[in-house]
This record gives sequence, C-alpha cells and structure tokens, in this order.
Amino acid sequence: MKAAFVGATRGMGKALARRMAERADALFLLGRDAAALTVAARDLEARGARAPVRVGPLDLADSTGFLAALDAADAALGRFDTFVVTGGLFGEQGELASDPARLERLLHANFTGTALLCQLAAARLAGRGGGVVCAFSSVAGDRARPANYLYGASKAGLSAFLDGLGLAYADRDVRVVCVKPGFVRTEMTAGLPVPPFAGEADAVAARALRAMDAGRPVVYAPPIWRLIMALIRALPRPVMRRMKS
Amino acid sequence: MPVRPGRVARPERLRLPPGEGIVLPRGLGRAYGDAAVPAREDALVLATPRADRILDWDPVSGRLTAEAGLSLAEILRLFLPRGWFPPVTPGTKFVTLGGCVACDVHGKNHHCDGSFGGFVERLGLLTADGKEIACGPDLDRELFLATVGGMGLTGLITEVTLRLRPVETGWIAMETEGVANLEQMAAALEASREAWPYTVGWIDCLAAGAGLGRGVLMRGRHATRAEVPAGDPRPRRALGVPLDAPEWLLSPPAMRAFNGLYYWMKAGRRRGAAEPHQSLVSYESFFYPLDMITDWNRLYGRRGFLQFQCVVPRAAGLAAMRELLERIARAGAASFLAVIKDCGPAGPAPLSFPMEGVTLGLDLPYRGPATVTLVHELNAVVIAAGGRIYLAKDAVTRAEDFAHMMPRLPEWRAVRDRWDPAHRFRSAQSVRLFGDRADT
Repeated sequence: MKAAFVGATRGMGKALARRMAERADALFLLGRDAAALTVAARDLEARGARAPVRVGPLDLADSTGFLAALDAADAALGRFDTFVVTGGLFGEQGELASDPARLERLLHANFTGTALLCQLAAARLAGRGGGVVCAFSSVAGDRARPANYLYGASKAGLSAFLDGLGLAYADRDVRVVCVKPGFVRTEMTAGLPVPPFAGEADAVAARALRAMDAGRPVVYAPPIWRLIMALIRALPRPVMRRMKS
Repeated sequence: MPVRPGRVARPERLRLPPGEGIVLPRGLGRAYGDAAVPAREDALVLATPRADRILDWDPVSGRLTAEAGLSLAEILRLFLPRGWFPPVTPGTKFVTLGGCVACDVHGKNHHCDGSFGGFVERLGLLTADGKEIACGPDLDRELFLATVGGMGLTGLITEVTLRLRPVETGWIAMETEGVANLEQMAAALEASREAWPYTVGWIDCLAAGAGLGRGVLMRGRHATRAEVPAGDPRPRRALGVPLDAPEWLLSPPAMRAFNGLYYWMKAGRRRGAAEPHQSLVSYESFFYPLDMITDWNRLYGRRGFLQFQCVVPRAAGLAAMRELLERIARAGAASFLAVIKDCGPAGPAPLSFPMEGVTLGLDLPYRGPATVTLVHELNAVVIAAGGRIYLAKDAVTRAEDFAHMMPRLPEWRAVRDRWDPAHRFRSAQSVRLFGDRADT
C-alpha cells in the first residue's frame, strides 16, 4: 500500500501505522505537530516502512490546507492508493458541554474536517482506478448516550458519511472502511473508568488493517462491540435516559 | 510486600509534572520486590511502556536509540529477523530498556560480556528539576554511572542508545550436562567459561548431603546459519495459569517430588553418559522459559513468594554457596527453580549488582514471617562472604544489611543528592533501604 496517514503519531493510529510499516508499506504522515511527525517517521522507517517516510502539515480543523496536503502526499508517494484518518479530538461530556469553543473545535475536526478530507481523497482515488479510504469513527456514534452524546454525535455523523461514501464510490473501486473502536486503553482514554471488554490499540490496529485489505465497510474492534452495540441500539428510550455512563 | 497502586500514568510522551510531587518511574513492572512500588498512596507512578518510539537505527553498526519504554520483546520481534540480538538479556523479555538500565540487568553471558550498562552509549534523563540531560560513559559520567543500576532514583530515563549484537539465527546451540553436586557444578561452569558465551546452572536445592548442589548445567551459543533448519524458530504461544495454585502444591513433599522429577528428566538418567546432550533450541526456550507461562507467579498460590538473589566473590564462593543451600534445604523452603551462574568482573556503576564470583537466585514460597527471617539469615551469610543482593529481586532486606553489602553506597548517595536533593524520585524500596521518607 501507499498510504497517506492522518494521526500516526499516537494511540491507535501509531499502532496501525506500525503494522503497515512492518509489511513494508509506503507511508506519508500528515498532522499538526511537525516534530512528532518527524520522530514517528524515523520510528516507522526503523520498523520497515519504505524509506524515506516523508511528512507534511495538516490540521483537521482547517480545510484550507486539505488540497495542498493531498498534493504533497501524491508527490511523496507517487500517487497514494490508501487514505487513513485515525486522528480526531476527544473530550468528556462535561468539559464539552461547558466549553462551547472546545465543542465546536471537536465537532468540526471529527466530522466536518474528516468528511471533507475523505471526500476529496475518495474523489481523487476514483479518478485513477480506486483505492481505500479508512477512517476511525467510534461505537459512541451508534447510539447517543446522555453521558457521551456530544462526542458521539461527531462520530455518528462520521459513520453515516463513511457509509454513504462507500455506497457512492463502490462502482469506482473506492473501498471505504469505517472502524468503530469500543473502549480502547490509550492515552486518550487514560483516567476514564475502564468498562468491560476494553481493547488494546494494537489489536484494534490488526483488525482495522485486515478490514482495509478486505475492503470491509464496517469493522468493530474488539469484535464483541458489534453485539454490544446491537443490544444498545435496541434499548428503549426510557432505559437510555437512565443510563448514566 | 505492600500493595499500593499509586496514581499510575501511562503517557506516550515522557514528561515530569510541574511542581515537586514525588515520582516513581516504572517500566513493565516485572521487578520481584518493591522497586516499582510507589513510596506512598498518592505518589505518581510514571509507566513508560507507551513511550516506545525508535528514534534512530543504524543497520550497519546495530546502534539503536529508542525511548525508554521499548521492550526487549519488541526489539527481538523487530530486529532478530534482521540478525540483531540484545547484547545482554535477563530471564524475561518483558522488560523495558529503561528498566534494563535502572537495574543494570545481567544475563547468562555475564562471565564474558558483563552487564547491560556496559553496552549503553547514551542516556536521556529528566532530572528532578525538569531538566533534560544527556549522559553516557564519556559525558556526565558520574550521573550516568549512578543511573546505571540506580533503580530509577536519579531521574526519569527517557532515551537509551545501545549497540545490538549481530547474530546469524534465532537458534541456540545448547549443551546440557547433569552434575552430581556443588563442586561439579562450579567446575563445569568454570570449564565452560572460555568456549561458551552463555552458561547457567539449575540446582535442586532440596537435595542435601552428598547430593547438595546437584543439578543441570546448560551452555549455549548463537547457532550459525549452516547449523539450523530453514527459517526462524516459530514464536510459541504462551500458556496461561488460570488460577492461583492450591497451598498443598507448595508443600515440601510436593516440591521435592517436582524437583526430583525435573532433575531426573534433565540429568539423572543421563548421568552415566560420557558426552553432554547436544540440541538446537529456540532463543525463547533458552533465555525465557518462564515467559512461556503467562502469570507463572500464580503457581505460588495466593501468598506468592519472595525472590532471593545474591552474588558472592569467587574466593568465598563454594563455602558460602554451600551454607546458603544448606540453610534453604533445612528450612524446606526451596522452590521450583534455583539458578546458579558465575559472574565476570564488576562494572563501574556503584550500585550495580554483579561482581566477580558466583550468583544464586531462587524463589522462596511465602510462608509468613519465617520466610522473611530466612532471607535475613541468608543475607548474613552473604555479608560474611563479602557479597551482595540484587535490588530488582529484593523486597525485605534491611537498610543496614544492604549498606554492609554495598561499600560504594555513599558515593552513589552523593550523586543522587546532588541531582535530586529532595528525593523527588522515590520508591517503597528507597524508603526501606535508603531512608527516604514516606510521609512528605
């Protein structure tokens, strides 16, 4: 694969990029923190990514840079065939509810920015024979909960978008993969109470990569979350109202 | 042994929190004793395993620079297929580079290669005042040497530069030899020093009298490509221990039966053989037999065990070893596994454990205060012989005993005090052994 990658410096993105590096994929890293990107590039090269791993600037909350970022990825990789977005923002419900600026940033990055970027990438891939677009959404988007609906809404929008994108571009060989992690132990979730069935970043990455190779449209990780979310979606509204966590 | 969680942070980027709150760096938390247990309930435990980026890799020289949370397991997984091996490895691969430095770990090659610190070229260190400092054998040497074996008490190790060892395969050419007693074991270790980079002995410490010190000697070297089947050894799936073992399994008769059976399988039935048994084994089964059993510690039941490892100088060697083994046998306190190994010369770091002589390591199933008393008695033998114990394994040694064992302790204390006068870096072990306070 020749992948342009948003979010490879941390958490599940780091784990996924490493798995791609170990099978000698070519990677181009996009993100906000130039220093972290450069260190990640050296790490991925040492792990087997096709050298050199180049990097470029991208801010999910600032769409003016998107076209330039895709051009840079095309130039570095000689036309990417895979586009991955694992990056995104997270906030606890209380913090988001009390800080409108932060909420807006989160909604914007997780939905608007990610959707715009994936739309551009899919169009580009469709024009040259197809490829893979993979973005990390969340089980939190499958059903709104009182304790997590702001973050959940950004991911619900993203999941719906990715679903539609996959349908719309299927005939032009663009396979769209929506990864829905359940609770995963990463730095992002540090300090939160750990529910049952919590996953590890590397296991999620392994599942995501298999889904990308197979072009599977939706993948839950750990897999048990498909069942859990099916049950939660079936819960009646009064039960959801009382769900405190 | 205190069970004290502290506040555990597992960041991807290693930084010290602002202010002066006490901090305990922790790698993968495999130390047997209280080295990675926080000094008190609200202390910050900074776990490093998520900070595991490779910062630089030179495939020609094998020089690797990585963040301190990178584990030997990961180094083996990534670099063994390319022909590189850790220069020194302890008996588990689930240790971080930072942990290897902080404990100055040693391995089966200590008699020819020394300990881990000898292969470290550079360390990145966050000191108590939040400064980021690079040190090494040729740069801020005093701080470097105090950090090697310094149990994380001089600062937070953030980066490690070391040289890996080139190897042709992941296979070990191994010879196994049954030995009838302690003298034979010492002689066999001695005789294997020159020709074999890796040696280790297993002792049945329940055998007494003429059979005291009977066991098995294993020696190995990295096999060459020509000697081995095609391909690398397949990684084996670890077995789990789903339950804590029942107490009766740890009773002296059960242990005796287990040890006797093991000895018979490995050595006894071959005792008459003129030639040692030769085999080709994977690096995992040679170096990391316990890693094949996840949660193996549960075999010791709910009460667990104390680990004891000491080294005594060669001059006092056999007599002291005999006394230790006799005391352990008399107490009926021994265990699944007792390991004996000869060490090469001591390294330059003041708190480093290994010294020229013989080391003995074993598990003592915990049977209450009597087990602690036994450790103190064993320590007295070690002190009389001019030896010392290994901090990575220790949970109960008294401060005054440890001071007797480590003549260079004041030197180390002086360096620590210079870089961390308030002892911001602190553990339950440093409270027990170095007089750090637990209350402020």
